[in-house]
Amino acid sequence: MDLSVKLPGLDLKNPIIPASGCAGYGRELAELYDLSRLGGIAIKSATPKERFGNPTPRIAETPMGMLNAIGLQNHGVDYIIENELPFLAQYDTCVLANVAGAAEEDYVEVIEKMNDSPVVDAFELNISCPNVKHGGIGLGTDPALAAKVTRMAKTASKKPVYVKLTPNVTNIVEIAKAVEEAGADGLVMINTLLGMRIDLRTGKPVLANNTGGLSGPAIKPVAVRAVWQCANAVRIPIIGVGGISRAEDVLEFLLAGAKAVEVGAQNFVDPYVCVKIIDDLPDVLAKYGYASVQDVIERSSR
Amino acid sequence: MKTEQAVILENVNIAKDTWKMTLQTSIAKEASCGQFVQVQVPGFYLRRPISICRIPADDRIVLVYKTVGDGTLKMSEMKAGETLDLFGPLGTGFPVEDRDVMVIGGGVGVPPLLETAARYIADGHHVTAVLGFNDAQSVILADEFRKLGCDVYTAAMDGSCGTRGTVIDAIRENSITETFVLSCGPLPMLKAVSENYSDGYISLESRMACGMGACMGCVVKDQEGGSLRVCKDGPVFAIGKAVL
Repeated sequence: MDLSVKLPGLDLKNPIIPASGCAGYGRELAELYDLSRLGGIAIKSATPKERFGNPTPRIAETPMGMLNAIGLQNHGVDYIIENELPFLAQYDTCVLANVAGAAEEDYVEVIEKMNDSPVVDAFELNISCPNVKHGGIGLGTDPALAAKVTRMAKTASKKPVYVKLTPNVTNIVEIAKAVEEAGADGLVMINTLLGMRIDLRTGKPVLANNTGGLSGPAIKPVAVRAVWQCANAVRIPIIGVGGISRAEDVLEFLLAGAKAVEVGAQNFVDPYVCVKIIDDLPDVLAKYGYASVQDVIERSSR
Repeated sequence: MKTEQAVILENVNIAKDTWKMTLQTSIAKEASCGQFVQVQVPGFYLRRPISICRIPADDRIVLVYKTVGDGTLKMSEMKAGETLDLFGPLGTGFPVEDRDVMVIGGGVGVPPLLETAARYIADGHHVTAVLGFNDAQSVILADEFRKLGCDVYTAAMDGSCGTRGTVIDAIRENSITETFVLSCGPLPMLKAVSENYSDGYISLESRMACGMGACMGCVVKDQEGGSLRVCKDGPVFAIGKAVL
Protein backbone atom coordinates (compact mmCIF):
# COMPACT_ATOMS: atom_id res chain seq x y z
CA MET A 1 0.00 0.00 0.00
CA ASP A 2 1.15 3.50 -0.81
CA LEU A 3 1.82 5.24 2.50
CA SER A 4 3.62 8.21 1.02
CA VAL A 5 2.68 11.82 1.57
CA LYS A 6 4.25 15.00 0.23
CA LEU A 7 4.50 18.01 2.49
CA PRO A 8 6.54 21.18 2.02
CA GLY A 9 10.18 20.06 2.11
CA LEU A 10 9.19 16.62 3.35
CA ASP A 11 8.74 13.90 0.77
CA LEU A 12 7.67 11.25 3.25
CA LYS A 13 7.63 7.56 2.25
CA ASN A 14 5.22 7.06 5.13
CA PRO A 15 3.63 9.47 7.60
CA ILE A 16 5.55 8.27 10.68
CA ILE A 17 8.11 10.58 12.33
CA PRO A 18 9.62 10.11 15.82
CA ALA A 19 8.93 13.35 17.69
CA SER A 20 11.64 15.76 18.75
CA GLY A 21 13.26 14.86 22.06
CA CYS A 22 12.13 11.25 21.87
CA ALA A 23 14.77 9.95 19.48
CA GLY A 24 17.79 12.16 20.11
CA TYR A 25 19.60 12.48 16.78
CA GLY A 26 18.75 8.92 15.75
CA ARG A 27 21.84 7.09 17.00
CA GLU A 28 20.08 5.04 19.67
CA LEU A 29 17.11 3.96 17.53
CA ALA A 30 19.57 3.12 14.74
CA GLU A 31 20.91 0.35 17.00
CA LEU A 32 17.45 -1.23 16.88
CA TYR A 33 16.25 -0.70 13.30
CA ASP A 34 17.11 0.92 9.98
CA LEU A 35 16.18 4.61 10.22
CA SER A 36 15.53 4.58 6.47
CA ARG A 37 12.27 2.85 7.25
CA LEU A 38 10.95 6.05 8.86
CA GLY A 39 9.08 8.72 6.95
CA GLY A 40 11.22 11.21 8.79
CA ILE A 41 12.82 12.04 12.09
CA ALA A 42 12.36 15.19 14.17
CA ILE A 43 15.69 15.68 15.88
CA LYS A 44 16.15 17.07 19.38
CA SER A 45 15.94 20.84 19.78
CA ALA A 46 18.98 22.87 18.85
CA THR A 47 19.71 26.15 20.64
CA PRO A 48 22.49 28.64 19.81
CA LYS A 49 24.62 27.60 22.79
CA GLU A 50 24.96 24.39 24.78
CA ARG A 51 22.29 23.92 27.45
CA PHE A 52 22.57 21.44 30.32
CA GLY A 53 18.85 21.65 30.99
CA ASN A 54 16.98 21.22 34.24
CA PRO A 55 18.08 19.46 37.42
CA THR A 56 16.88 15.87 37.95
CA PRO A 57 14.43 14.22 38.50
CA ARG A 58 13.29 15.18 35.02
CA ILE A 59 10.86 12.30 34.51
CA ALA A 60 7.70 11.21 36.29
CA GLU A 61 5.17 8.57 35.35
CA THR A 62 1.46 9.40 35.20
CA PRO A 63 -1.65 7.36 34.38
CA MET A 64 -1.28 6.50 30.67
CA GLY A 65 1.48 9.01 30.24
CA MET A 66 4.47 10.79 31.66
CA LEU A 67 5.78 14.17 32.67
CA ASN A 68 9.13 15.42 31.46
CA ALA A 69 11.13 18.50 32.28
CA ILE A 70 14.36 17.98 30.36
CA GLY A 71 14.83 21.68 29.67
CA LEU A 72 16.06 21.57 26.07
CA GLN A 73 19.38 19.95 26.92
CA ASN A 74 21.61 19.99 23.86
CA HIS A 75 25.20 20.63 22.83
CA GLY A 76 24.36 23.73 20.82
CA VAL A 77 23.82 24.16 17.10
CA ASP A 78 27.51 24.15 16.07
CA TYR A 79 28.18 20.82 17.78
CA ILE A 80 25.02 19.32 16.32
CA ILE A 81 25.94 20.37 12.78
CA GLU A 82 29.43 18.98 13.16
CA ASN A 83 28.79 15.80 15.15
CA GLU A 84 25.16 14.73 14.82
CA LEU A 85 23.83 15.69 11.39
CA PRO A 86 26.53 13.78 9.42
CA PHE A 87 25.37 10.54 11.07
CA LEU A 88 21.86 11.05 9.69
CA ALA A 89 23.17 11.64 6.16
CA GLN A 90 23.55 7.88 5.61
CA TYR A 91 19.80 7.28 5.97
CA ASP A 92 17.08 7.76 3.39
CA THR A 93 14.67 9.60 5.66
CA CYS A 94 13.51 13.21 6.02
CA VAL A 95 15.04 15.29 8.79
CA LEU A 96 12.96 17.88 10.57
CA ALA A 97 15.32 20.06 12.61
CA ASN A 98 13.68 21.32 15.78
CA VAL A 99 14.82 24.84 16.67
CA ALA A 100 14.47 26.42 20.10
CA GLY A 101 15.62 29.49 21.92
CA ALA A 102 15.03 31.99 24.65
CA ALA A 103 14.51 34.94 22.32
CA GLU A 104 13.45 35.41 18.70
CA GLU A 105 17.05 36.05 17.64
CA ASP A 106 18.03 32.59 18.87
CA TYR A 107 15.73 30.94 16.33
CA VAL A 108 17.24 33.03 13.55
CA GLU A 109 20.79 32.15 14.62
CA VAL A 110 20.13 28.40 14.66
CA ILE A 111 18.30 28.49 11.33
CA GLU A 112 21.04 30.52 9.62
CA LYS A 113 23.66 28.02 10.80
CA MET A 114 21.65 24.95 9.76
CA ASN A 115 20.41 26.43 6.47
CA ASP A 116 23.21 24.96 4.40
CA SER A 117 23.12 21.47 5.89
CA PRO A 118 22.00 19.06 3.15
CA VAL A 119 20.70 16.74 5.88
CA VAL A 120 18.01 19.14 7.10
CA ASP A 121 14.84 19.08 5.00
CA ALA A 122 12.75 21.50 7.05
CA PHE A 123 12.72 23.35 10.34
CA GLU A 124 10.33 22.85 13.22
CA LEU A 125 10.07 25.92 15.46
CA ASN A 126 9.66 24.92 19.08
CA ILE A 127 7.70 27.87 20.42
CA SER A 128 5.91 25.59 22.82
CA CYS A 129 8.34 23.95 25.24
CA PRO A 130 6.87 24.27 28.73
CA ASN A 131 10.19 23.62 30.45
CA VAL A 132 12.25 26.72 29.78
CA LYS A 133 12.03 29.88 31.79
CA HIS A 134 12.23 32.42 28.97
CA GLY A 135 10.84 32.29 25.48
CA GLY A 136 9.59 28.90 24.40
CA ILE A 137 6.05 28.66 25.60
CA GLY A 138 5.90 32.42 26.08
CA LEU A 139 6.26 32.94 22.35
CA GLY A 140 3.78 30.20 21.62
CA THR A 141 0.96 31.53 23.77
CA ASP A 142 0.74 34.99 22.22
CA PRO A 143 -0.50 35.21 18.60
CA ALA A 144 1.49 38.37 17.89
CA LEU A 145 4.76 36.96 19.31
CA ALA A 146 4.21 33.60 17.58
CA ALA A 147 3.66 35.41 14.28
CA LYS A 148 6.73 37.57 14.82
CA VAL A 149 9.11 34.67 15.45
CA THR A 150 7.57 32.78 12.51
CA ARG A 151 8.11 35.76 10.22
CA MET A 152 11.73 36.14 11.37
CA ALA A 153 12.36 32.42 10.91
CA LYS A 154 10.82 32.44 7.44
CA THR A 155 12.97 35.40 6.41
CA ALA A 156 16.10 33.63 7.66
CA SER A 157 15.28 30.15 6.39
CA LYS A 158 16.12 28.59 3.03
CA LYS A 159 13.90 25.62 3.89
CA PRO A 160 10.23 25.19 4.80
CA VAL A 161 9.33 26.17 8.36
CA TYR A 162 6.86 24.24 10.49
CA VAL A 163 5.67 25.73 13.77
CA LYS A 164 5.06 23.43 16.74
CA LEU A 165 2.14 24.71 18.79
CA THR A 166 1.42 24.43 22.49
CA PRO A 167 -1.98 23.26 23.71
CA ASN A 168 -1.56 25.38 26.85
CA VAL A 169 -3.60 28.27 25.43
CA THR A 170 -7.22 29.37 25.52
CA ASN A 171 -7.62 29.38 21.74
CA ILE A 172 -5.14 27.34 19.70
CA VAL A 173 -6.90 28.25 16.42
CA GLU A 174 -6.01 31.88 16.94
CA ILE A 175 -2.30 30.97 17.22
CA ALA A 176 -2.50 28.63 14.21
CA LYS A 177 -4.05 31.36 12.06
CA ALA A 178 -1.46 33.89 13.23
CA VAL A 179 1.53 31.74 12.26
CA GLU A 180 -0.12 30.76 8.95
CA GLU A 181 -0.58 34.45 8.20
CA ALA A 182 3.09 34.99 9.11
CA GLY A 183 4.16 32.53 6.45
CA ALA A 184 4.52 29.17 8.20
CA ASP A 185 4.66 26.25 5.78
CA GLY A 186 2.99 23.88 8.21
CA LEU A 187 1.99 23.21 11.79
CA VAL A 188 3.07 20.51 14.21
CA MET A 189 0.65 19.99 17.05
CA ILE A 190 0.51 19.47 19.94
CA ASN A 191 3.46 19.88 22.27
CA THR A 192 3.03 18.66 25.86
CA LEU A 193 0.42 19.83 28.34
CA LEU A 194 1.75 21.53 31.45
CA GLY A 195 1.38 19.24 34.45
CA MET A 196 2.62 18.35 37.92
CA ARG A 197 2.90 15.40 40.29
CA ILE A 198 3.47 15.64 44.02
CA ASP A 199 5.27 12.96 46.05
CA LEU A 200 2.98 12.00 48.95
CA ARG A 201 5.93 11.12 51.18
CA THR A 202 7.83 14.38 50.82
CA GLY A 203 4.86 16.63 50.03
CA LYS A 204 6.96 18.15 47.25
CA PRO A 205 6.73 18.01 43.45
CA VAL A 206 8.31 14.88 41.94
CA LEU A 207 10.08 16.89 39.25
CA ALA A 208 12.99 19.11 40.27
CA ASN A 209 11.54 21.70 37.88
CA ASN A 210 8.20 21.38 39.77
CA THR A 211 6.19 21.34 36.55
CA GLY A 212 6.69 19.35 33.38
CA GLY A 213 5.11 18.49 30.06
CA LEU A 214 2.50 15.74 29.99
CA SER A 215 2.67 13.34 27.05
CA GLY A 216 1.52 9.83 26.20
CA PRO A 217 -1.89 8.32 25.42
CA ALA A 218 -3.49 10.46 28.16
CA ILE A 219 -3.22 13.55 25.92
CA LYS A 220 -4.35 12.00 22.63
CA PRO A 221 -7.94 13.30 22.74
CA VAL A 222 -6.64 16.82 23.40
CA ALA A 223 -4.33 16.53 20.39
CA VAL A 224 -7.02 15.12 18.08
CA ARG A 225 -9.36 17.93 19.09
CA ALA A 226 -6.69 20.57 18.47
CA VAL A 227 -5.78 19.14 15.06
CA TRP A 228 -9.47 18.98 14.09
CA GLN A 229 -10.08 22.59 15.11
CA CYS A 230 -7.02 23.92 13.29
CA ALA A 231 -7.49 21.76 10.17
CA ASN A 232 -10.82 23.48 9.76
CA ALA A 233 -9.28 26.92 10.13
CA VAL A 234 -5.97 26.93 8.22
CA ARG A 235 -4.86 25.81 4.75
CA ILE A 236 -1.28 24.82 5.61
CA PRO A 237 -0.63 21.12 6.40
CA ILE A 238 -0.69 19.83 9.96
CA ILE A 239 1.58 17.15 11.41
CA GLY A 240 -0.34 15.62 14.31
CA VAL A 241 1.37 14.57 17.52
CA GLY A 242 0.19 13.59 20.98
CA GLY A 243 -0.28 10.15 22.48
CA ILE A 244 0.07 8.05 19.34
CA SER A 245 0.88 4.46 20.22
CA ARG A 246 -0.52 2.36 17.35
CA ALA A 247 -1.58 2.46 13.70
CA GLU A 248 -5.24 3.08 14.63
CA ASP A 249 -4.16 6.32 16.32
CA VAL A 250 -2.45 7.43 13.10
CA LEU A 251 -5.70 6.95 11.19
CA GLU A 252 -7.54 8.93 13.86
CA PHE A 253 -5.16 11.88 13.41
CA LEU A 254 -5.42 11.66 9.61
CA LEU A 255 -9.21 11.71 9.93
CA ALA A 256 -8.92 14.76 12.20
CA GLY A 257 -7.09 16.55 9.39
CA ALA A 258 -3.42 15.78 9.94
CA LYS A 259 -1.28 14.80 6.93
CA ALA A 260 1.47 13.05 8.87
CA VAL A 261 2.18 12.28 12.51
CA GLU A 262 4.95 12.33 15.06
CA VAL A 263 5.27 9.60 17.67
CA GLY A 264 6.66 10.72 21.01
CA ALA A 265 6.53 9.11 24.45
CA GLN A 266 5.58 5.70 23.12
CA ASN A 267 9.16 5.30 21.88
CA PHE A 268 10.13 5.00 25.56
CA VAL A 269 7.57 2.26 26.15
CA ASP A 270 8.33 0.35 22.96
CA PRO A 271 11.49 1.46 21.15
CA TYR A 272 10.27 -0.36 18.03
CA VAL A 273 6.89 1.40 18.00
CA CYS A 274 7.51 3.48 14.86
CA VAL A 275 8.38 0.52 12.64
CA LYS A 276 5.55 -1.51 14.15
CA ILE A 277 3.10 1.26 13.25
CA ILE A 278 4.54 1.44 9.71
CA ASP A 279 4.09 -2.35 9.39
CA ASP A 280 0.53 -2.27 10.76
CA LEU A 281 -0.72 0.83 8.95
CA PRO A 282 -1.65 -0.81 5.59
CA ASP A 283 -3.92 -3.38 7.26
CA VAL A 284 -5.54 -0.76 9.48
CA LEU A 285 -6.20 1.59 6.55
CA ALA A 286 -7.58 -1.31 4.49
CA LYS A 287 -9.79 -2.44 7.36
CA TYR A 288 -11.52 0.95 7.36
CA GLY A 289 -11.80 1.10 3.57
CA TYR A 290 -8.89 3.30 2.58
CA ALA A 291 -6.57 2.58 -0.33
CA SER A 292 -3.62 4.71 0.76
CA VAL A 293 -2.57 7.46 3.16
CA GLN A 294 -3.34 9.97 0.42
CA ASP A 295 -6.82 8.44 0.13
CA VAL A 296 -7.49 9.09 3.83
CA ILE A 297 -6.21 12.65 3.49
CA GLU A 298 -8.36 13.39 0.45
CA ARG A 299 -11.51 11.88 1.86
CA SER A 300 -11.12 13.55 5.24
CA SER A 301 -10.26 16.99 3.88
CA ARG A 302 -12.72 19.69 4.68
CA MET B 1 19.61 -4.83 23.12
CA LYS B 2 16.10 -5.94 22.23
CA THR B 3 12.59 -6.29 23.57
CA GLU B 4 11.35 -9.72 24.52
CA GLN B 5 8.47 -11.40 26.32
CA ALA B 6 10.36 -13.14 29.11
CA VAL B 7 8.74 -15.98 31.04
CA ILE B 8 8.66 -15.66 34.81
CA LEU B 9 10.10 -18.86 36.32
CA GLU B 10 9.98 -17.73 39.94
CA ASN B 11 8.96 -14.62 41.89
CA VAL B 12 9.56 -14.89 45.63
CA ASN B 13 9.82 -12.61 48.64
CA ILE B 14 13.37 -12.81 50.05
CA ALA B 15 13.44 -9.99 52.64
CA LYS B 16 11.40 -7.04 53.84
CA ASP B 17 9.76 -5.49 50.73
CA THR B 18 12.33 -7.25 48.55
CA TRP B 19 11.61 -9.82 45.85
CA LYS B 20 13.60 -12.10 43.62
CA MET B 21 12.34 -12.82 40.12
CA THR B 22 13.95 -15.36 37.81
CA LEU B 23 13.14 -14.96 34.13
CA GLN B 24 13.73 -17.05 31.05
CA THR B 25 15.00 -14.72 28.32
CA SER B 26 17.56 -14.70 25.54
CA ILE B 27 18.56 -11.23 26.74
CA ALA B 28 20.74 -13.17 29.21
CA LYS B 29 23.08 -14.14 26.39
CA GLU B 30 24.07 -10.52 25.68
CA ALA B 31 23.99 -9.31 29.28
CA SER B 32 26.95 -8.50 31.49
CA CYS B 33 27.39 -7.60 35.15
CA GLY B 34 26.12 -4.19 36.18
CA GLN B 35 23.75 -3.81 33.23
CA PHE B 36 20.00 -3.44 33.63
CA VAL B 37 16.71 -4.21 31.91
CA GLN B 38 13.65 -1.99 31.43
CA VAL B 39 10.62 -3.86 32.72
CA GLN B 40 7.13 -3.22 31.34
CA VAL B 41 4.80 -3.87 34.27
CA PRO B 42 1.25 -4.51 33.01
CA GLY B 43 -1.01 -1.51 33.67
CA PHE B 44 1.79 1.03 33.95
CA TYR B 45 2.99 3.40 31.27
CA LEU B 46 6.76 3.75 31.55
CA ARG B 47 9.17 0.89 31.92
CA ARG B 48 11.05 0.46 35.18
CA PRO B 49 14.85 0.12 35.14
CA ILE B 50 15.96 -2.84 37.27
CA SER B 51 19.54 -4.03 37.56
CA ILE B 52 20.47 -7.57 36.64
CA CYS B 53 21.42 -9.46 39.80
CA ARG B 54 22.55 -12.73 38.33
CA ILE B 55 22.90 -14.42 34.95
CA PRO B 56 22.83 -18.10 36.01
CA ALA B 57 22.52 -19.44 32.44
CA ASP B 58 22.55 -17.96 28.96
CA ASP B 59 18.75 -18.04 28.87
CA ARG B 60 18.13 -16.84 32.40
CA ILE B 61 18.40 -13.67 34.45
CA VAL B 62 17.60 -12.92 38.08
CA LEU B 63 16.20 -9.55 39.18
CA VAL B 64 16.14 -8.62 42.85
CA TYR B 65 13.93 -5.60 43.38
CA LYS B 66 12.30 -3.63 46.16
CA THR B 67 8.62 -2.72 46.20
CA VAL B 68 9.00 1.05 46.32
CA GLY B 69 5.82 2.05 44.49
CA ASP B 70 2.69 0.82 42.75
CA GLY B 71 4.60 -0.56 39.76
CA THR B 72 7.04 -2.75 41.65
CA LEU B 73 4.18 -3.78 43.98
CA LYS B 74 2.26 -5.03 40.93
CA MET B 75 5.44 -6.75 39.72
CA SER B 76 5.69 -8.58 43.06
CA GLU B 77 2.18 -9.98 42.50
CA MET B 78 3.10 -11.59 39.17
CA LYS B 79 3.28 -15.36 39.11
CA ALA B 80 5.51 -18.01 37.58
CA GLY B 81 4.36 -18.81 34.06
CA GLU B 82 3.27 -15.24 33.30
CA THR B 83 5.27 -13.21 30.81
CA LEU B 84 7.01 -9.89 31.41
CA ASP B 85 8.10 -7.57 28.62
CA LEU B 86 11.79 -6.76 28.98
CA PHE B 87 14.01 -4.32 27.06
CA GLY B 88 17.70 -4.92 27.43
CA PRO B 89 20.40 -5.50 28.26
CA LEU B 90 21.01 -1.80 28.74
CA GLY B 91 23.77 0.44 29.97
CA THR B 92 27.47 0.20 30.65
CA GLY B 93 28.12 -2.26 33.46
CA PHE B 94 31.01 -3.00 35.80
CA PRO B 95 34.39 -3.74 34.20
CA VAL B 96 35.84 -7.17 34.86
CA GLU B 97 39.49 -6.43 35.57
CA ASP B 98 42.32 -8.84 36.23
CA ARG B 99 42.70 -8.22 39.97
CA ASP B 100 41.18 -8.75 43.40
CA VAL B 101 38.28 -6.53 44.34
CA MET B 102 36.04 -5.33 47.14
CA VAL B 103 32.36 -4.95 46.26
CA ILE B 104 30.48 -2.50 48.46
CA GLY B 105 26.69 -2.66 48.30
CA GLY B 106 23.93 -0.83 50.09
CA GLY B 107 20.34 -2.07 50.35
CA VAL B 108 18.75 -2.70 47.00
CA GLY B 109 22.04 -1.60 45.40
CA VAL B 110 23.52 -4.96 46.40
CA PRO B 111 22.00 -7.12 43.59
CA PRO B 112 24.14 -6.07 40.58
CA LEU B 113 27.27 -6.75 42.61
CA LEU B 114 26.43 -10.46 42.86
CA GLU B 115 26.95 -11.23 39.16
CA THR B 116 29.96 -8.90 39.26
CA ALA B 117 31.50 -10.82 42.16
CA ALA B 118 30.78 -14.11 40.38
CA ARG B 119 32.78 -12.97 37.34
CA TYR B 120 35.81 -11.94 39.46
CA ILE B 121 35.64 -15.24 41.36
CA ALA B 122 35.38 -17.17 38.09
CA ASP B 123 38.57 -15.44 36.97
CA GLY B 124 40.33 -16.67 40.11
CA HIS B 125 40.33 -13.42 42.03
CA HIS B 126 39.61 -12.78 45.68
CA VAL B 127 36.41 -10.88 46.35
CA THR B 128 35.53 -9.12 49.59
CA ALA B 129 31.86 -8.18 49.87
CA VAL B 130 30.79 -5.46 52.28
CA LEU B 131 27.02 -5.17 52.39
CA GLY B 132 25.10 -2.50 54.28
CA PHE B 133 21.43 -2.49 55.24
CA ASN B 134 19.02 -0.59 57.46
CA ASP B 135 18.30 -3.62 59.65
CA ALA B 136 18.66 -7.41 59.82
CA GLN B 137 15.24 -7.92 58.18
CA SER B 138 16.48 -6.14 55.07
CA VAL B 139 19.61 -8.23 54.53
CA ILE B 140 19.66 -9.76 51.06
CA LEU B 141 22.02 -12.02 49.13
CA ALA B 142 24.71 -12.29 51.85
CA ASP B 143 24.54 -16.11 51.64
CA GLU B 144 24.80 -16.01 47.86
CA PHE B 145 28.03 -13.99 48.11
CA ARG B 146 29.35 -16.53 50.65
CA LYS B 147 28.44 -19.43 48.34
CA LEU B 148 30.46 -17.81 45.57
CA GLY B 149 33.47 -17.81 47.88
CA CYS B 150 33.54 -14.14 48.84
CA ASP B 151 34.57 -12.90 52.27
CA VAL B 152 31.34 -11.28 53.42
CA TYR B 153 30.95 -8.50 55.98
CA THR B 154 27.61 -6.90 56.78
CA ALA B 155 26.60 -3.66 58.43
CA ALA B 156 23.22 -2.53 59.71
CA MET B 157 22.36 1.01 60.69
CA ASP B 158 20.40 -0.23 63.73
CA GLY B 159 23.11 -2.66 64.81
CA SER B 160 20.83 -5.68 64.39
CA CYS B 161 23.46 -7.55 62.39
CA GLY B 162 27.17 -7.19 61.60
CA THR B 163 28.79 -3.86 62.25
CA ARG B 164 26.55 -1.14 63.66
CA GLY B 165 26.63 1.69 61.15
CA THR B 166 27.61 2.05 57.53
CA VAL B 167 29.66 -0.02 55.09
CA ILE B 168 32.57 2.35 55.76
CA ASP B 169 32.28 1.53 59.47
CA ALA B 170 32.32 -2.19 58.59
CA ILE B 171 35.44 -1.77 56.43
CA ARG B 172 37.25 0.03 59.29
CA GLU B 173 36.07 -2.39 61.99
CA ASN B 174 37.31 -5.35 59.99
CA SER B 175 40.53 -3.63 58.83
CA ILE B 176 39.86 -4.44 55.18
CA THR B 177 42.75 -3.15 53.08
CA GLU B 178 41.57 -3.89 49.53
CA THR B 179 41.90 -0.68 47.49
CA PHE B 180 40.05 -1.52 44.26
CA VAL B 181 36.29 -1.16 44.80
CA LEU B 182 33.04 -1.61 42.89
CA SER B 183 30.00 -0.12 44.55
CA CYS B 184 26.26 0.31 44.19
CA GLY B 185 23.79 1.73 46.68
CA PRO B 186 22.15 4.90 47.94
CA LEU B 187 23.72 8.24 47.08
CA PRO B 188 25.11 9.03 50.59
CA MET B 189 26.89 5.66 50.54
CA LEU B 190 28.34 6.27 47.07
CA LYS B 191 29.55 9.68 48.24
CA ALA B 192 31.27 8.07 51.25
CA VAL B 193 32.83 5.40 49.02
CA SER B 194 34.07 8.10 46.63
CA GLU B 195 35.60 10.06 49.52
CA ASN B 196 37.47 7.00 50.80
CA TYR B 197 38.50 5.34 47.52
CA SER B 198 39.82 6.63 44.22
CA ASP B 199 40.38 3.36 42.36
CA GLY B 200 37.12 1.78 41.30
CA TYR B 201 33.63 2.24 39.95
CA ILE B 202 30.21 3.17 41.27
CA SER B 203 26.76 2.46 39.85
CA LEU B 204 24.14 5.22 39.95
CA GLU B 205 20.37 5.06 40.11
CA SER B 206 18.02 7.43 38.30
CA ARG B 207 14.47 7.86 37.13
CA MET B 208 14.51 7.05 33.42
CA ALA B 209 12.23 7.20 30.44
CA CYS B 210 13.86 5.66 27.35
CA GLY B 211 16.66 3.73 29.09
CA MET B 212 18.76 3.83 25.92
CA GLY B 213 20.34 7.27 25.82
CA ALA B 214 17.87 9.16 23.67
CA CYS B 215 15.71 11.26 25.98
CA MET B 216 18.21 12.87 28.39
CA GLY B 217 15.88 12.21 31.31
CA CYS B 218 18.50 10.67 33.60
CA VAL B 219 21.60 12.81 33.19
CA VAL B 220 24.21 13.70 35.79
CA LYS B 221 27.01 16.24 35.45
CA ASP B 222 30.62 15.26 34.95
CA GLN B 223 33.51 17.14 36.55
CA GLU B 224 33.82 19.48 33.55
CA GLY B 225 30.14 20.46 33.65
CA GLY B 226 29.23 18.20 30.74
CA SER B 227 26.51 15.62 30.92
CA LEU B 228 26.54 11.87 31.38
CA ARG B 229 23.54 9.65 30.70
CA VAL B 230 23.03 7.25 33.60
CA CYS B 231 21.22 4.82 31.26
CA LYS B 232 23.78 4.69 28.45
CA ASP B 233 27.14 6.11 29.59
CA GLY B 234 26.43 4.47 32.95
CA PRO B 235 24.93 3.34 35.24
CA VAL B 236 28.53 2.42 36.15
CA PHE B 237 31.07 5.25 36.21
CA ALA B 238 34.67 5.45 37.36
CA ILE B 239 34.88 6.99 40.83
CA GLY B 240 35.14 10.76 40.50
CA LYS B 241 33.78 10.94 36.95
CA ALA B 242 30.23 11.96 37.80
CA VAL B 243 29.33 14.76 40.20
CA LEU B 244 27.29 13.16 42.98
